[in-house]
This record gives sequence, structure tokens and C-alpha cells, in this order.
Amino acid sequence: MKKLINNPANVVNEMLEGIVSAHPDYVKRVVGFDVLQRTHSSKKVGLISGGGSGHEPSHGGFVGKGMLDAAVAGDVFTSPTPDQVFEGIKAADNGKGVLLVIKNYTGDILNFEMAAELAEADGIKVEQVVVNDDIAVEDSTYTTGRRGTAGTVFIHKIAGAAAERGQNITSVKKVAEKVISNVRTMGMSLSSCTIPAVGKPGFVLAEDEMEIGLGIHGEPGIRKEKIKSADEITSELVKKIINDLQLQKNDEVAVMINGLGATPLMELYIVNNKVNAIIKEMGVNIHKTIVGNYMTALEMAGCSITVIKLDAELKELLDDVADTPAYKQF
Amino acid sequence: MFNKDIIVEIFKEIAKTMDENKALLTELDAAIGDADHGINMTKGFTAVKNKLESIAEEDCSAILKTVAMTFISTTGGASGPLFGTAFLKASSSVVGKDALSNDDLLLLFESAIKGIQMRGKAQKGEKTMLDSLIPAYDAMKKSLDIGDSLIDALNKAEIAALEGVEFTKTIIATKGRASYLSERSIGHQDPGATSCYLILKTINNVLKNRESLVE
Repeated sequence: MKKLINNPANVVNEMLEGIVSAHPDYVKRVVGFDVLQRTHSSKKVGLISGGGSGHEPSHGGFVGKGMLDAAVAGDVFTSPTPDQVFEGIKAADNGKGVLLVIKNYTGDILNFEMAAELAEADGIKVEQVVVNDDIAVEDSTYTTGRRGTAGTVFIHKIAGAAAERGQNITSVKKVAEKVISNVRTMGMSLSSCTIPAVGKPGFVLAEDEMEIGLGIHGEPGIRKEKIKSADEITSELVKKIINDLQLQKNDEVAVMINGLGATPLMELYIVNNKVNAIIKEMGVNIHKTIVGNYMTALEMAGCSITVIKLDAELKELLDDVADTPAYKQF
Repeated sequence: MFNKDIIVEIFKEIAKTMDENKALLTELDAAIGDADHGINMTKGFTAVKNKLESIAEEDCSAILKTVAMTFISTTGGASGPLFGTAFLKASSSVVGKDALSNDDLLLLFESAIKGIQMRGKAQKGEKTMLDSLIPAYDAMKKSLDIGDSLIDALNKAEIAALEGVEFTKTIIATKGRASYLSERSIGHQDPGATSCYLILKTINNVLKNRESLVE
């Protein structure tokens, strides 16, 4: 394992301190906990997310105006514990209730659920939504359901805007659910990643292999195969998304090309070039495109493509102001 | 008699067992999950062990509650809430008792399993920890019902748990992260079922050692 770290046991703490020193105008640390909260809170519905670390800038990078009020960081690829999430809920609460944005993983759901029970016992109104945008795994009764991946960033952005506008918790939750039902993601990887405390990669890909439909924790994907050209890979991913979303001519979408940590922007833009061509050719209008590292998996190489189908409401909220360390919209 | 000292010793031994099997559990998890099971179990039970060093309570329920809260607040992942809820429900089932009878132990075991089922919304046959725990409970109950000693009953529970672990190799995961692999999960044993087997084996060993000391 070759990593720029000091001690695997300290990576989360040292990272959080580093984030706070870099962005003091945006975030501060809840003392004694692995929770980042907004430096300047406002009287509105609170939005909180979190999960295992290793997905930076998710989720601490999205704490700020128009997005999250607090983010809870677990150990690398491990859900934070209920007491940590409970502190996050308290930090995000301004008396108007708190919406928990949870990615669909058993660990995250169980820990956030226990935290919600603690918060409710404390008199805080809590609602939760579960993001399941990854269409690599089928949503059937035989699985735990689709995973939550990069599409989560659109929930933060759009539901965050609804909260910032002063909507109540019921309507913020409704907006979040609308985003979830209209957002889809599909990813692929070129290399694995190593959890610092484990010291070796979660799986191995040969020099000429890629994995289609990977998870963002180095968990195996749906299929290992020989590497192809960027255009061929992109076509496969994006066509699966288009079918799942049942996109039609004249629909309007926003697109995110997300890097998994070790893929250069050059390659992400090459992917976007093809995504753009395929979607436009269908007569679908791309309202907004975001390219960069938003939901990473440590040093994994590869990308995910996220498409969200927009209506007038979602489009307007997507265009609202957001000012956070990792996502800005002016 | 099953008292505070035995419970504390059991958890200290479990911490040791988890540490010894950390690599194995992580490897099993890497094959079908996210490679953190060994790390999380070791982290959780080490924290429990350290906490128990200074525990003053005599009452079994209070000790189990401390175990539960410590495990929940240090472990994370799915294991934290699942094992934590199991210990919490076990604690509630024996409130106020300084020592546990065989019937108390059965009730405690049953409550722990029900806690896991409630939290994880899972059943037997879904390639989870329940696939070693439920057969172990059934074997232990059956054994005690026909008048076997606690040691014999725990021996049978341990064997049943191991058979349960073997059984998880033959089935498709439908709960947890392994479910994403569907038929690709066949052939792999479930890490959670494995750690439950290790826990039962450790409990059994602690009691057997105590018995041999008495003899």
C-alpha cells in the first residue's frame, strides 16, 4: 500500500481537521464528533447526509448554503455510528425538522434509523429519504435494492434549495423523493482501491480489464471484461440509463460525469463528449452538465454517469444559488 | 452458575477471537461485500473489552446493556446496529438478574435473534448471520429440552452453527450488500454467519475451560 497518510487509524480525523482549516467560512467541526456543520446556520429545515469516508468531497464538501447543514463521516467505507449521526441531526436542527439523506446500504440505513429513533426521542422532527440511483444492480425482491451513488449529489443540491427557500419538511422531503425517482447512475472502474486499514485492494483487475457496474466501495461489479474505447463504454452506460429513465424526445435532463478518484479530468471530458452526443441525438435537452470528482472511491480509476430527468420545479431548484466547498452555483 | 464474571470473561475472549480471525473475516467480506467485517468486529469487541475492565455492575442485564451501547457507538457498518441490537434485546430479557439459569440463557438467545430479525428485517435462508444463529438456538433448545447439560447443549449449538455457515455457501444472498451479486454469491460463506459461529464457539470454550478447572 502506497498512500499519503500518517496512520490508517487517523485518516478520518486528520482529513476533517484539514477540511475545517481549508473552509472555515463554510464548515466547523462538532466538538468531539466526526461531524461537519455549517458555520453560518439559518432558520430552515435541516438537511443532513453522511456515510463512510473515502468518497470525498461527499459529503462534507457539500455543507453550505443551498445544500447540506451537516455531514457525518464514518470510517473509510463504513457507516457512521448512531451516536455520531444523532450529533449530526442535532447540529442540523434549527427547530424546523431534519431530513436525512441516506444512501441505500444496509449499514447506513440501520445506523441512520437508530439515530433517527434517538432524535425523535429527543423531540426532533426527523424524516428520511433513501437514495438508490445505481442501476447496475437490479431492483428486485431478491436484493437489498439498488445502491446509492453519485446521484445523491443532486438530492443534496435540489432538496437543499427547497429547504433554503423556506419550504417545510414535508415538501422538502417530497422534492427529495421526486429527485430520487428521476435520477439514475451507472459506473465502471479501471482499477480497484485500498482501504487504509486493510492495506490491500478490494479486488484485482488485470492491466487490460475493466469492471462494469462497480460499487463505490471497491465491491465487485456486475461484469469483468476486456477494456474497450471510451466511446464504446460510455455508450453502454448511457444507453442503460436512457432505457431505465425512459427518456423521450424533448425531455430535459442534467448530467453528471463523476470521477472515482484517480481518473483525470481529460478522460471525464472525453466521456462527457460522447454522453452529450448520444443524448442530444435523441432530441433531449441537456440543461446542465457537471464534470468532476463528486462521489469518489478513494484512488479507484473509472467514472460514473448520472442523468436526472428535470421538470420545471426541479430545474428551477437546480438553478438556485449554492455555495459550498465542492459545489457552487451562482 | 452463569454470572457476571463469566459474561465479562466471554466478551474478553470474543475480543481475542475476533482479533485472531480479523483477516479471515475481512477476506470473506471482500469476496461478497465491502471488506470491513473483520476490522469492524475487532474494533467493536476491543472497545467492549476495554470498557468491561472497569465495569462495576453486578447485574447481567446492566453489563449486556453496556456491551450493547459500546458496540453500537464504536463499530459502524451493518454489524454495529445488528449485534448492538442483539445485545440490547438480550439485556432487556434478563433485567435484574445476577445469575442466569438455562431457561434465562435460552430466552436471552431468543431475544437477541429477534432483535436482529427486527433490525435487519431478515429471515433464515437469506445468507446472513441468522443462518448460523437460528440453527444454533434450535439445537440448544432441543438439547436442553431433553435434559442435556449446558455444555452439551452449547456443543450441539456450536456444531449447528458451523453447519449453518457451511449452508450459507450453497445459497444466494438476498439481504445486505452480498445480495447485489445474486448467483455470484454462491460458493462464498457469509462473514456475519461466520462471526456468529466464532462467538458461539468462544462462549462454549470459556464454559468448557471453567468446567475442567472445577473438575
